[in-house]
Amino acid sequence: MNEVSSSEPDLVIQVEGLVKNYGNTRAVDGLDLAVHSGEVFSILGPNGAGKTTTVEVLEGLRKPDSGKVSVLGLDPWHDGYTLHKKVGVMPQGFRFFDKSTPREAISYYASLFGTSPDAEEILEIVGLSDAADKHFQDLSGGQKQKVGLALAMVNDATLVFLDEPTTGLDPQSRRGIWDVIRNLKKHGSTILLTTHYLEEAEQLSDRVAIMNNGKIIVCDTPSHLISKYGSERKVVVSGGSKMYEYLKSALSFRVEAVDSESVQIYVPSSTDILKVVKAIDESGLPYEELSVRRDSLEDVFIFLVGRMKEGELS
Amino acid sequence: MKPRRILADFNVYRREFTRNSAALFFSLAFPVIIILLFGAIFSGGSGGTPQLYVQNLDTGQLGGSFTTALNQTGALQVVLVPSNASFPQYLLDHSYSAGLLIPPTFTTEAMAGKPENLTIYTNPADASSQSVIGITSAVINAFNLKLEHTSPLLGLSLKSVNEKSPSYVDFLIPGLIGFSILISPMFSMVNISSEYKRTKLFKQLSLTPLTKGEWLVSKILWYLILSAISFIIMVAAGELIFHASVSITYWVIPFMAMGPLFFVSLGMLVGTVTKSEESAGIVGNIITFPMMFLSGTFFPLSVMPAWLQGVAHIFPLYYIINGLTDTMVYTNYTGAEVDSAIVAVLCIVVFMAAVTAFKWRED
Ligand SMILES: Nc1ncnc2c1ncn2[C@@H]1O[C@H](COP(=O)(O)OP(=O)(O)OP(=O)(O)O)[C@@H](O)[C@H]1O
Ligand SMILES: [Mg+2]
Repeated sequence: MNEVSSSEPDLVIQVEGLVKNYGNTRAVDGLDLAVHSGEVFSILGPNGAGKTTTVEVLEGLRKPDSGKVSVLGLDPWHDGYTLHKKVGVMPQGFRFFDKSTPREAISYYASLFGTSPDAEEILEIVGLSDAADKHFQDLSGGQKQKVGLALAMVNDATLVFLDEPTTGLDPQSRRGIWDVIRNLKKHGSTILLTTHYLEEAEQLSDRVAIMNNGKIIVCDTPSHLISKYGSERKVVVSGGSKMYEYLKSALSFRVEAVDSESVQIYVPSSTDILKVVKAIDESGLPYEELSVRRDSLEDVFIFLVGRMKEGELS
Repeated sequence: MKPRRILADFNVYRREFTRNSAALFFSLAFPVIIILLFGAIFSGGSGGTPQLYVQNLDTGQLGGSFTTALNQTGALQVVLVPSNASFPQYLLDHSYSAGLLIPPTFTTEAMAGKPENLTIYTNPADASSQSVIGITSAVINAFNLKLEHTSPLLGLSLKSVNEKSPSYVDFLIPGLIGFSILISPMFSMVNISSEYKRTKLFKQLSLTPLTKGEWLVSKILWYLILSAISFIIMVAAGELIFHASVSITYWVIPFMAMGPLFFVSLGMLVGTVTKSEESAGIVGNIITFPMMFLSGTFFPLSVMPAWLQGVAHIFPLYYIINGLTDTMVYTNYTGAEVDSAIVAVLCIVVFMAAVTAFKWRED
C-alpha cells in the first residue's frame, strides 16, 4: 500500500479504490473517500454495507486488500502507532474491562496517552456523572457506549472516528451526544461518523456519504442530496374530497388525494406556499390540519438504497 | 517500554483481578485448602519399588553378597554408588532419599566375630523410607542367622539424609507453591487472551500507545507479586499448622521469578494460537492438568511408576518444583542450579514464542 501524497493540504482522509474482503465476502468494493479538515463527515448505509470495515481500515485495525489509504498523511496499517496518538476512536460495540469504572477507564487512557484531561468534565459532557463509579459490567448498554465516547475524547484528537455512537441510546442521550460532536467540531476536530439515523446525519454533518454493498453511492451535503434526490415541497391539508375538488380546479399545481382525508399539493418554490394557503382560505371549506413538508434525508436514503436494490444504479 | 504505561495497565489488571472473587479464591485460597487437606490425609502409603543407593566400601566378599541379597528381595532396587563418592553428601547432591553405607571393614570384622553396624540414610518424609528400613533389617537378620554367631553380629544404624529430617509437608510446600505458580497465570491468561480477542479489547488497546510488550510485562509483574504472596502464605501455613521446616534462601528467587514469567507466556501463547475461547480452554486444560498432577505437586515423584516419572521430566513445572524442593528441603544448590538453567531456557523459548505469535489486530 503506497501512501497517498496529499495533493490538497486540508485533506485529512484520502481513500482511493479501497477493497477489503473477508474470505469470499467483499465487504468494501473499490471505495473512494475524501474528508476535509474540520468537517463532520457521515457515512450512512444499511446493515452490512461495509461502514465498520471501512472505518477499521482507516483506523489501522484492518489491512486493506488493495487501494490507497492515507489518514493524516499516514498509512494507517503501517504507521498505526504514530497515527493512534492523534486520533480518537469509538468503536461499534465498545467493550471495556468488566470490573473497571468509567472514571478508572478515563484515568487509564489518560496515563496511556500521557495526557491529563479533566475526567469530571468528560464524564459530565457524555452524561456519565451518575454512573462514574459503577463497574463496566453493571452499566446499561447506552452507558457502556458513552464510556467509549468518553475514551475517544481523552487524547484531544485532531481526528475522531465514531462508529454508530448513538445507536441504542434514548432520545435525550442522543441529543446529548450530538452536542458532544458539535463541540468537538467547534474545537477544530475532524469527525468521521457512521450512523443509521438519517436525522442525525442531517443535523450534524457537513457532508454525507450513502454507502451500500461496499461502495459509496452518493456523497454531498445533506441539503444538496435532498434537493437532488428528494421531491419538491408539499402542502398537506386534511379537508376531504370537497377540498380536493376545489383545489384541483383552483390551483395550477399538482394536487393529489392521499387518502379520504388528506390532500397533497406539490409546490415548486417556497413562495408558492402562500398561494396554496390563500386558495385553501378562499375555499371556505373546513379543514383540520395544514402543514408544509419537505423530503428528509430519510426519504432520499430509502429512495437511493431501494433503487440500488432494484439494480437501477450501478 | 514506558514504566508509566506498564504501571497504568498493571493497576487496571490488579483491580480486575482483586475484584474477581473467583480469581482470588483460585490463586490464593485454593492452594491453602489443598495444603490443609493433603497435609492431613497424606501420612503414609507407597507405590513402586523404592530405590536404595548403596555404597559398598567393603574390601571383602560379604558386602557384595549383602548387596545382591538386598536386590534379590525384589522389594528394593539397589543402585550402586561409586566408592569415591562421599556419603551422605552424595545423596544430598542428587536429592536421593535412601542410601546404605557398607564400611570397608565389613567382611574382616564379621569374620573376626565382632559386631558391626551398617548405616542407612533415609528421608523420614519419604513415604517409602519405612519399607526401605524394614527390608534392609530383614536382610540383616537373614545374614545374622547365616553367620551363626551366638549374638547377632550385624546391626543397622539409622540416619537421616539431612539433619533436619523433612516431613511430608516439607515436600508439599514447594509442590504447592509450584501448583499456584502454574494454575493462576495459566488459567487467567488462556482465558483473557482469547476473551479479549473476541470482545475486541485487544483491538481497542492497539489504538492506544500501550504496546504488546508493555501489556505482557504488566501481567507478568502482577503474577510475580501474586506468586510471592502465595509463597508466603504457603510457607506460613505449612510451618504454623504442620510444623514444616523449609529453608528459604535466595535460591528460591530464580524459580519464583521465572515460574510466573513462564506460565504467563505459555497461557498467552495458548490463547493466541487457538481460534476460539472454547478451543483455548480445551488446549489449556490438556496442557495444565497432566502437568498439575504429574510434576510432583501433590505427592513425591518417587511414588509413581518409573515410566511416569520419566513422563514428568517433559513438564516445565517439574523442574520448578524439583528446583524449589532442592533448595527448600534438601538445601541442594547444585541441583537447583541445573533446574534453574533448564527453566531459564524454557522461559526464553516460550516468552519469545508468545511475543511473536501475539497480535493486537488481525489482517
Ligand atoms: N470479521 C468478519 N469476518 C467475516 N465477515 C465480516 C466480518 N466483519 C464484517 N463482515 C462482513 O462484511 C460486510 C460488511 O460488514 P460491516 O461490519 O463493515 O458492515 P456495517 O456497514 O458496519 O454494518 P452495521 O450497520 O450492521 O454495523 C458484512 O457482509 C459482514 O457480514
Ligand atoms: Mg458497523
